Amino acid sequence: MTQEITGAQSLVQSMEAAGVEVVFGIPGGAILPAYDPLMDSTKVRHILVRHEQGAGHAAEGYASATGRVGVCMATSGPGATNLVTPIADAYMDSVPMVAITGQVPSAAIGTDAFQEADIRGITMPITKHNFLVTNPDEIPTAIAQAFHLASTGRPGPVLVDIAKDALQGNTTFNWPETIDLPGYNPRTRPHSKQIRDAAKLILSSRQPVLYVGGGVIRGNASATLKTLAEMTGIPVVTTLMARGAFPDSHALHLGMPGMHGTVAAVGALQQADLLITLGARFDDRVTGKLSSFAPKAAIIHADIDPAEIGKNRQADIPIVGDVAEVIPELIAAIQAEFDQGVTGDYEGWWVQLNRLRDTYPLGYDFPTDGTLSPQYVIERLGKISGPDSIYAAGVGQHQMWAAQFIGYENPGTWLNSGGAGTMGYAVPAAMGAKVGRPDTTVWAIDGDGCFQMTNQELATCTINEIPIKVALINNSSLGMVRQWQTLFYNERYSNTDLQSHRFPDFVKLAEAYGAYGLQCDSQDNVDATIEKALSLNDAPVVIDFVVHRDAMVWPMVAAGTGNDEIMYARSLAPEWGSDD
Amino acid sequence: MSRHTLSVLVEDQPGVLARVASLFSRRGFNIESLAVGPTELPHVSRMTIVVSVEDSPLEQVTKQLNKLINVLKIVELEADQSVQREIMLVKVKADLDSRSHILETVQLFRAKVVDVAQDVVTIEATGAHDKLVALLKVLEPFGIRELVQSGMVAMGRGSRSISDRSPRSTDKAV
Repeated sequence: MTQEITGAQSLVQSMEAAGVEVVFGIPGGAILPAYDPLMDSTKVRHILVRHEQGAGHAAEGYASATGRVGVCMATSGPGATNLVTPIADAYMDSVPMVAITGQVPSAAIGTDAFQEADIRGITMPITKHNFLVTNPDEIPTAIAQAFHLASTGRPGPVLVDIAKDALQGNTTFNWPETIDLPGYNPRTRPHSKQIRDAAKLILSSRQPVLYVGGGVIRGNASATLKTLAEMTGIPVVTTLMARGAFPDSHALHLGMPGMHGTVAAVGALQQADLLITLGARFDDRVTGKLSSFAPKAAIIHADIDPAEIGKNRQADIPIVGDVAEVIPELIAAIQAEFDQGVTGDYEGWWVQLNRLRDTYPLGYDFPTDGTLSPQYVIERLGKISGPDSIYAAGVGQHQMWAAQFIGYENPGTWLNSGGAGTMGYAVPAAMGAKVGRPDTTVWAIDGDGCFQMTNQELATCTINEIPIKVALINNSSLGMVRQWQTLFYNERYSNTDLQSHRFPDFVKLAEAYGAYGLQCDSQDNVDATIEKALSLNDAPVVIDFVVHRDAMVWPMVAAGTGNDEIMYARSLAPEWGSDD
Repeated sequence: MSRHTLSVLVEDQPGVLARVASLFSRRGFNIESLAVGPTELPHVSRMTIVVSVEDSPLEQVTKQLNKLINVLKIVELEADQSVQREIMLVKVKADLDSRSHILETVQLFRAKVVDVAQDVVTIEATGAHDKLVALLKVLEPFGIRELVQSGMVAMGRGSRSISDRSPRSTDKAV
């Protein structure tokens, strides 16, 4: 006979059965029963964070760096609502994550009990699915289904809310042999006819672009993408979520498209006659004004989520499937065309694109007053730490510069909050990534605004020996907002001056948390400071890079305008050439 | 804008109505009517949802509905290939003079009187949306004291069951 255990023990056994190796969380009243057996688990490591938001982003960072499901845990009420931001973040960026929350005892649900919040209701629109468990016997099935849902199809966050009495009640552990979800059948295998049509269209087009999104990273399809690009010679652009999906050093790579993309990448999309869209979703930050986006292009759109196809831009060839299956089938179909003597001709296209790439490379001006250039700092960081490091960014100017000036060669090395744009993502995400890949150097590239939202997790890092490195791009401002005020609000800097050159003292703050605190305010010391940080591996390191505050992110497509109106630098529009 | 009738088979789970209803509102659609009840299958409920919407946003909301884990199948029922019914209860003022006229109207519309009091009659009517609108128009001059109407329920004509029909294929629809 199976042994009688508590629901809490069943939860811990379920997590073990699901292969969980680490949970980020904070205990509290309703989830307390789960923390007792968790203490005895030899398989599941629990990392006690300082704020539930940190737990959620750490789970995201862990998931994005490893490809496994990230797990976070919190108590009912405010514990659970503090997870809302990272859950929404994971939903926007399709991060596989399971959030486990305690709930007040089932008899108290609906009575406005102490620390009660309807977290299932609250998270309905920002989870792939969620569960409220009130019967201890249902815990293993809910956990098994949650991990299955989070990690298959289009990945995403799943929340399991467990009433306290379900954790305390008696049950037996029965791990389900099969997953019974009749309403959930993600289609991964593409239609062969659409693949054949796509192959023909690709080879008959003259100005195609591989428009690569984060799905290629989530779907582990980078290697096959490289094959596809190289066999056809078609230019590649990688969105903010797809940085690292295709090597930046590759000759076929035009860089990042979108609001702060390269002129070559933006221009390629605008002038293309065909977009081969792989795991991307025509986000407004990529398309600019939708009606003027890629006006001449036919659209092949491959995505595992059928709802993405046709959502923003009508697809001429819709392909529902996992990019990891779509791309190899495309390769085979194109090879079949090659075998019949049909090949693509993109020579004229490359002449055009090379002109754009050579004329409008990414670049920046150095401040004339001798202060430190933030772009230079980030560029040097990428060069010195190299493409095998992981870089997690916050949100804002430093995020864009980190996307632009670091060369990414491998998937899973660039972590950021793309869809939700969550300030405060970097430090906890870097922590999660470092836990998942302890042998890799992990940098948080953070702004002084972002850093002050979640830097308390440095304590978690120090105490749990998670030696992340933080490059703080300290311009004493909410830099991106300030940039918009410069450009669109007559330089009226309403509430964007953080005065963080004065307070806090980031070096002292780092030291207070048991981390190394370094500071750098001159170009001559940048390399040495980065190298020093790389040599310190027994505790977290924070480098306070005191940088020029008026540096701006260029190129830029102003919000609400079309991509053709991209500015290469302030008041400097690129010349597109005579083609159109 | 045109009216569309969606039949949605869902798992009979707590919260499923909230998931469906909130999805419509989140994506900016107004539900005109919604009826939900059990089906011939155990643990499966059926929702009949009427929305006014253009074709292409309807397709998007259908795809989003399909993503809900508890949604099993969605079929759009065309008006001419399905039976669509609503039920209405209406309490109409009826004095000695007007009562016979009202009863005549009730017969014409094949409705039923289900309750009579000194000064009112309560009428039950079933039918397609247009028929009920027409009946109400005729009853209005007598004085309507109270009105309650159900959401529409609908079923495809012919021998096939919704369980046999292939779901509205999102792949084909795009």
